[in-house]
Amino acid sequence: MQVSPAPVLEIRGLEKRYPTGDLAIKGVDLDLAPGAVLGLIGPSGAGKSTLIRCINRLVEPTAGAIRLAGTDIGALSGGALRRERRQIGMIFQEFALVERLTVMENVLSGRLGTVGFWASWFRRFPGEDIAAAYRLLDRVGLAGMENKRADALSGGQRQRVGIARALIQHPRLLLVDEPTASLDPKTSRQIMRLLLELCREHGLAAIVNIHDVVLATEFLPRIVGLRAGEVVFDGPAGDVSTDVLTSIYGDEDWTAITRRMQQAAQDDEHLDEAKLVAIAA
Amino acid sequence: MSNETVAVWRKRAPRAELAVFAAWVLALAFTSWAFQVMTQDTIWAFVTDAPKQAADIGGRMLPPAWSYIHELWWPLWETLNIATLGTLLGIVLATPVAFLAARNTTPSRIFVRPIALFVIAASRSINSLIWALLLVAILGPGVLAGIIAIALRSIGFIGKLLYESIEEIDATQVEAIAATGASRAQVMAWGVAPQVMPTLAGISVFRWDINIRESTVLGLVGAGGIGLKLEAALGVLAWPKVTMLLIAILATVVVSEWITAAVRKRLI
Repeated sequence: MQVSPAPVLEIRGLEKRYPTGDLAIKGVDLDLAPGAVLGLIGPSGAGKSTLIRCINRLVEPTAGAIRLAGTDIGALSGGALRRERRQIGMIFQEFALVERLTVMENVLSGRLGTVGFWASWFRRFPGEDIAAAYRLLDRVGLAGMENKRADALSGGQRQRVGIARALIQHPRLLLVDEPTASLDPKTSRQIMRLLLELCREHGLAAIVNIHDVVLATEFLPRIVGLRAGEVVFDGPAGDVSTDVLTSIYGDEDWTAITRRMQQAAQDDEHLDEAKLVAIAA
Repeated sequence: MSNETVAVWRKRAPRAELAVFAAWVLALAFTSWAFQVMTQDTIWAFVTDAPKQAADIGGRMLPPAWSYIHELWWPLWETLNIATLGTLLGIVLATPVAFLAARNTTPSRIFVRPIALFVIAASRSINSLIWALLLVAILGPGVLAGIIAIALRSIGFIGKLLYESIEEIDATQVEAIAATGASRAQVMAWGVAPQVMPTLAGISVFRWDINIRESTVLGLVGAGGIGLKLEAALGVLAWPKVTMLLIAILATVVVSEWITAAVRKRLI
């Protein structure tokens, strides 16, 4: 029947214990197929941020294995770890642009792993990187903004720069940490749409850590629910019911949320399309 | 009317009131005792004579030897150079020390950081006049000893303020650069440096202003600049020249303060 391709990301028995003794991640297993996009939901403190930071080792996991296209990231250090990090793009909640640098410098910083120190110090990047940066700026809707300083941009524009910085790495995997938490509802939807379009265009796998359940189920075909460092739900967005929300977040009257989710599903045909893609994957 | 109780409020309870009074008495007794210790070697004839002496010197200091200014341009220029070159050298030396001292950029908190902090403390605890004394003994008198003395004293000042500012930067910007697979040096140059540049510029200008004032006295110990002239004039009791020197120094300091204020306003 279906031949599932080798996953681009495999997580096995991942555990993170902070020096304070808090166990933030308790044995998480997760597979991600090439080109698949996954929404990670869960209450604050459930370990969503910690989980995706373990994948590129901004946070050091204490046990378990993380394999990116077969390479065990957990075993790497120094230059080898930096080479793997180049294959993982990251997008941040507060954009995390270097505020005093220009838009172009921020985008090109995604290529730092591939140029030497002095070349990067004097801002001498290869022509193809600069061409790629212009193409990406054009694609994310920031054409002509390359010489503006990052701190002169609006929130939505900053996140577009953040997306361009991640994509110029030509990553295999995109880690997206609360991309819309600092944005207004309209900009949030625009950014989510842009992200999903770009993932599809580049065949990129992505983990999107997001706290807005309605936005998550509308845009992301697969949902993983994290509660206190454990996966308590893993399934298609359509299966997220009041019971599932209770298992992830605890007791609450979820009917208003699920009604809005259904509403959004009816309104947005593109969701069905996305689901078909997910089922096919 | 007479039944009405009169509201009474005291800031302190009677016992506390007594304690405060006792403290005042003790403080007064201590002060008068300290005054006695302080003045036991004072020859009062000299003190009562002081206004007359001051008036005498004041009289001899005026009018200033205006034409003496023509001999001061070169030493003033030297003083300015000592301050400026000393500050530049100080920045060059202090920047790496600050990166080694800041908790978030040091390669090792256990080995490297204490050494960097010691360098900063050592530089700060020794006045530039004392650095100059040592350097004149080592290098011989002249401008070079002054420049190095200013630089050595500046390391501590610039290093301390810069490393504190490095510790206060936004960590997520640094995290984002590290996440792209950039090397350690690139993370410093792209994630940390842009965030502390305005602070470094502000600190440097501030230190240059201080260094101009400090370099005016370095000549007293032979380290070049206007201080040499001051020492010579004081040595031969040429009071009108001393007045002229003080006017020249005052003017230089006022101008440097005006420049730094203007630059700092631009930076903010």
